[in-house]
Amino acid sequence: MCITPTNRRIFIKKMAAAAAMTAAATMFPGIVFASEQEANLSSGSDLDWKKGPCRFCGVGCGILVGVDKGKAVAVKGDPNSSVNKGLLCVKGYHQTMCIQAKDRLTHALVKKNGRYVETPISEALDIVANKMKETIEKHGKDSVAMYTSGQSTIPEGYVASKLMKGAIGTNNLDCNARLCMASAVTGFLTTFGADEPMGCYEDIDYADYFITWGNNMAEMHPVLFSRMLEEKNRRGAKIIDFATRTTRSSSASDKSILFEPQTDLAVANAICYEIINKGWVNKSFVEKHCNFSKGLTNIGYGLEDKFKFTDKPEKIDFEAYKKFLEEYTPEKVAKYSGVSVKDIKYLAAIYGDPNKKVVSYWCMGMNQHTRGTWMNNLVYNIHLLTGKISQPGNGPFSLTGQPSACGTAREVGTFTHKLPKGVVTNEKHRRLAAKIWKVPYERIPAKPTYHATEMFRAVDRGDIKFIWTQVTNPLVSLPKTSRYRPAMEKDSCFVVVSDVFPTPTSDVADVILPASWHIEKSGLYGNSERRTQHWDKMVEGPGETTPDAWMTIEVAKRMGFGDLFPYSEENHVEEIYNEYRQFHEGAKHGMAPLDVLKKQSGAIWPYVDGKSTQWRFNAKYDPACSNGEEFHFYGKPDGKAIIWQRPFEPAPEAPDDEYPFWLNTGRVIEHWHTGSMTRRIPVLHKAMPSAYVEFHPEDAKILSIVNGENVKVTSRRGSCILPASINERGLPTQGQVFVPFFDENMMINDVTLDAFCPISKEPDYKKCAVKVEKA
Amino acid sequence: MPVKSYLAHPHEGKKSELLSALSEIECCEVIPAENKDVIVLVTDTANEIEENILKEKLEAIESIKLFSMVSGFDTQN
Ligand code: SF4
Repeated sequence: MCITPTNRRIFIKKMAAAAAMTAAATMFPGIVFASEQEANLSSGSDLDWKKGPCRFCGVGCGILVGVDKGKAVAVKGDPNSSVNKGLLCVKGYHQTMCIQAKDRLTHALVKKNGRYVETPISEALDIVANKMKETIEKHGKDSVAMYTSGQSTIPEGYVASKLMKGAIGTNNLDCNARLCMASAVTGFLTTFGADEPMGCYEDIDYADYFITWGNNMAEMHPVLFSRMLEEKNRRGAKIIDFATRTTRSSSASDKSILFEPQTDLAVANAICYEIINKGWVNKSFVEKHCNFSKGLTNIGYGLEDKFKFTDKPEKIDFEAYKKFLEEYTPEKVAKYSGVSVKDIKYLAAIYGDPNKKVVSYWCMGMNQHTRGTWMNNLVYNIHLLTGKISQPGNGPFSLTGQPSACGTAREVGTFTHKLPKGVVTNEKHRRLAAKIWKVPYERIPAKPTYHATEMFRAVDRGDIKFIWTQVTNPLVSLPKTSRYRPAMEKDSCFVVVSDVFPTPTSDVADVILPASWHIEKSGLYGNSERRTQHWDKMVEGPGETTPDAWMTIEVAKRMGFGDLFPYSEENHVEEIYNEYRQFHEGAKHGMAPLDVLKKQSGAIWPYVDGKSTQWRFNAKYDPACSNGEEFHFYGKPDGKAIIWQRPFEPAPEAPDDEYPFWLNTGRVIEHWHTGSMTRRIPVLHKAMPSAYVEFHPEDAKILSIVNGENVKVTSRRGSCILPASINERGLPTQGQVFVPFFDENMMINDVTLDAFCPISKEPDYKKCAVKVEKA
Repeated sequence: MPVKSYLAHPHEGKKSELLSALSEIECCEVIPAENKDVIVLVTDTANEIEENILKEKLEAIESIKLFSMVSGFDTQN
């Protein structure tokens, strides 16, 4: 059919209408639209729709990309994806528009005499491999490092781990998921001995209450929030927003409860106190399935270089735990948390009601916390005490920020301490990795080296002399960039940056490698609900852009490790995934075969006997349960989860006379992380062109600051000038300011503090002390 | 030249009010569900300026409770 511009446009409108109707049909079973409208919709076209996951957030919505003459011209929600049922958020459906940005990195650039010179990719990869080899020869294998991403695909993460740990033999590999998910991981491991949520998004269809802990889901997980609102409207499910700032999520919720930063620790304990005090403990569940433990206290904040901490868990009994909680009566906690006794009791009563199903959601608010591991433990305590876990509509659910923080960073294990299965400190895990990788077991070091913050401190100290970053922009996203930017500029470290667009990180690179964008390569991502999703390459990338996995393989070959990387350029994604799957064989973590993932919109692991496991640890749904009971927390040797005694401890830096405001940082719906992609999508950039600093109107009044006026935000580390925003997108409490971090021209991370949770090593971007003044 | 589609959810009892408000806007096409409180809305604008004007008009409609975007098409013709 020859399509003229006019009838082509009519056709596209029909496609758009069809996409919306399909989405509506999934959300409202039995929905009827006027039949003549449906009959009008054309079914044939020259658009080729290809499926995949969204490039941006950890929700992992399924997308269909319409390709016409080799170009991506349209994006719609995949109605067959149970994640989003055809819905997308504003970022999702505009995503492919960044590909056409004029400043796309299309060729390798090598710095020569202070200038970037366009260089053939094979020559640039020679330079990278030679430099890496030479650095190892001169300074040892721990002088080179790779820093990757929760946005790297599963094959990309896998070959990075194999190169660093298996081929070179260093644990100098970490990733930006350290900055967002590490506390979730240590929370899961300490409580359950197994990482990642036990439930899935289908919980939304069953829960009576959604309690969000420091989590602005309306902007950060918008499609899930839409699904929650749908349940609120359809059957009266309730949303309770527990946060330090009033956001779009608060206004859409049934109730918004605000707390003083850091006191979430105390409030969670007060909820547990109340549950025990009121006799709402699910005694048989706790007796059968839980142990009690405590760890060290006053554990520090990691502010000094080479900070070390190891917890010393100690078993306690229920009575000791109960006694500990006496410090956390609602009355005592109300005094410093800003949460009323009534509201603490209200929250406890929701969790304590045996007839109500409750899901708790959280993301950065609890994870980016100097007691992030503890906070995760404490919310698990609430669900374990009440037995509200691992059942449809009942459970704690740690959401991820990045599209493959779970699939790549956590499951492949691109952290210094991790291997694709298990950890480097475990001999059995090292032996398995050595066997699958076909390397001598002794080559994989048994000791972790640098976590993200410490890796960049090591660059600053001159200990790391070569670093390769992939799919990430640390010089905008690290805390305290005021230290780490000059560190990366030092001549002592050779910097290689692979990216799709120029960023402040590529600005300091010695070699810039042009990476393929999402749909210009094949790949796999794993989202928040343990769903692995595959996509095939949909369009050609420009110039000499190359998939990150393939660039790693090419460097490995040039370094003499070709026999360990026998993959083919056309088929490497499939070959790598098949090799990787061997790590997770078995009922506890089996991954779906690739042919299944090619056919359907993802599968949830453990994938056993052709079926996804939606609720882990519940014998009704999870074939790995083997203790003959209803529940089996098989991540722990005795099959029991741990209820942790974790106290309230203050933040390392709190407002004082000199720096009287809390600074909280985060994201906005329009932009993805540091904005390197979404700021190149005109409609998103226009909707939110620059960062700002949010004030409470009373604070603005006292400081005589008006909306839009430039304000200087200063901490002990640095300062940043931004326009004031008063009562617009979000509303911080009095004494607090909020700044989004997407804007590389307003570097709020020059101001933030690089304190971290001593257990997870995840920095706290939500709390430090600043002063504000007219600029 | 953006073409977008949305699901528009009216406030309780306001479906016909929302339908007529949306129908009055030039670059909107509406397809109401016959048996549920939801309306499919397809917007077709020539450029970003028109898109912004449209956005303001949509935001001003009182009978609307929630918009969910479903698809977006950027065509050159
Ligand atoms: S909610 Fe997340 S995954 Fe879904 S479309 Fe938006 S950015 Fe993409």
